[in-house]
Amino acid sequence: MTTATAPVRTVASPALKQARRKALLHWIAVHALGIAAALFFVLPFVFVLLTSLMSDQQALTRDLTPNSWHWDNYVRVFRTEGFLTWWKNSLLYAGLGTALVVVSSIPVAYALAKFRFRGRQLSLLLVISMMMLPPQVVIIPMYLFWAKQMDLSGTLWPLIIPMAFGDAFAIFLLRQFLLTIPNEYVEAARIDGCGELRTLIRVVLPMAKPGIAAVALFQFFYCWNDYFGPQIYASENAAAWTLSYGLESFKGAHHTDWNLTMAATVLVMAPVILVFFFAQKAFVEGVTLTGVKG
Amino acid sequence: MSTDTLPAKAAAAPAAASPEARNTLRSKRRRNALRTALFMSPWLIGFGFFFAYPLVSTLYFSFMRYDGLNPPTWRGLENWTYVFSDLPKFWPAMQNTLWLAVVMVTCRVVFGLGVGMLITKIKTGAGIFRTLFYLPYLAPPVAATLAFVFLLNPGTGPVNSFLEAVGIPAPSWFNDADWAKPALTVLAVWGIGDLMVIFMAALLDVPKEQYEAAELDGASPWQRFRYVTLPNISPIVLFAVVTGIIGAMQYYTQPIVASKVASGVMGGSGAPFQPGYPDDSTLTLPQLIYSLGFSQFNYGAACVVALVLFALSMAFTALLMRRRGGLIGSGD
Repeated sequence: MTTATAPVRTVASPALKQARRKALLHWIAVHALGIAAALFFVLPFVFVLLTSLMSDQQALTRDLTPNSWHWDNYVRVFRTEGFLTWWKNSLLYAGLGTALVVVSSIPVAYALAKFRFRGRQLSLLLVISMMMLPPQVVIIPMYLFWAKQMDLSGTLWPLIIPMAFGDAFAIFLLRQFLLTIPNEYVEAARIDGCGELRTLIRVVLPMAKPGIAAVALFQFFYCWNDYFGPQIYASENAAAWTLSYGLESFKGAHHTDWNLTMAATVLVMAPVILVFFFAQKAFVEGVTLTGVKG
Repeated sequence: MSTDTLPAKAAAAPAAASPEARNTLRSKRRRNALRTALFMSPWLIGFGFFFAYPLVSTLYFSFMRYDGLNPPTWRGLENWTYVFSDLPKFWPAMQNTLWLAVVMVTCRVVFGLGVGMLITKIKTGAGIFRTLFYLPYLAPPVAATLAFVFLLNPGTGPVNSFLEAVGIPAPSWFNDADWAKPALTVLAVWGIGDLMVIFMAALLDVPKEQYEAAELDGASPWQRFRYVTLPNISPIVLFAVVTGIIGAMQYYTQPIVASKVASGVMGGSGAPFQPGYPDDSTLTLPQLIYSLGFSQFNYGAACVVALVLFALSMAFTALLMRRRGGLIGSGD
């Protein structure tokens, strides 16, 4: 740290000193910028958290920090009618949806990555098209089918049942991951007389664990965050709402209580953030796989 | 090398193929085809039932008058002319969707690249910074939108309190037709964690020698970015732009929640709510489909808008696959 204070001319190698000073300035600039960016990303969370702990009166003011900490706001949120049910429904939708998507997408991804058959490229093209299709494009016939023919409106089943038939994004992501597993393993298992299903389960799946974890996480987050699906199918029946859908109506019912609304917001964000901290690596790897590797 | 070719070759090796050998080859092929079909079956059913059938059905309903109660009746192009010339909300929705596709996507890509570059330069605490930058991407859209309506609340929101304190005239954000889309853009930029990660991975793949060579040639930082970084990461930029546009076509949850909460409409079913508040400024095509279909029970017109949306999305998907064959990969 002497670079900044030492007179430059008396130093033996001024070039080196100058380079060091430049590096230090660079370090400071980069980290200052990093802290500024971090504030932009973190402050919204901080304000949400602080507001969630304010008293009802204080939440209506411009104060940024609570005068007294009202942890009981969280208890009040849970006591609100329906909130626990919405939690249960979100867990059901996300849990069952994730399990079904993973189980049904694995064999498809495996076939697309490791089999050679006529129509493979076409199948892949169609998987990608399906992945890019806005859900609203096909919602009218889908709604008519589930509501009128199956009589399942007011439930989450129209959202959960389709998960048993593979999900385009999950298939694509898993297939990208399976491509990175050398074919030699598959061939060796084959030569040893291993059936295809056994090869998949015994040889490929253990190596594909990080890919499967990424797919499961994405699917869990997709279901947990889904607003459109529950709005279409569950909206008639408050007992079938999920947290994501219920949250907005929570704000409607408590339209002056920003403190309670922010406490509810924290409770919707919390599981996602917690899951992320436990599985950070798999998740980041999954994002990279969708965008960079091919 | 794929698994199927290996046994096929082995079986074909005795060139003077005896009838038995040919038979085993044929039955092997049949078994392989059956096996492929079996492995693909979940998706084959899913594709037919949740993609092909409803898509054809959407096309069919676009020519029918149908309200869900009375049987559908054939009306030819009536829904199509209604949507394009008589539905006042169609063109605002189209304009908003295009605005979001251009401005929101540009902002997300520029900031995503900027933060991605910043994170590759950070030496101390890089892991912490990366996690902090990434977290907002995970925030459930409904929760994130609610948080931003609160933060940008004109009355008591911290952002406007701050702006007024430093003497900047604060806009009304989600309550002002001119500022509602920029407010949504701020929210979208907040969640650039996904782009940061893919840009970071791409930037780390740029060969170091190219930077060293450029530096020896006396290239300025801007020139190094322009002539070394950009050409190397351009496929990823394209990927980010096109997937961003496709995302903009599906943009639904954030504007509908922001409108509902900012306009103070009570939540829940049966609420007399017109999406697009204020003044249709945040109405998007998916919201228009929802309100035509599920508030006005005009399924025919909703299907017309759905097909417009389908055409737009597929056009950009085709662009993505043409320009970036690498997305598919050969798999061999």
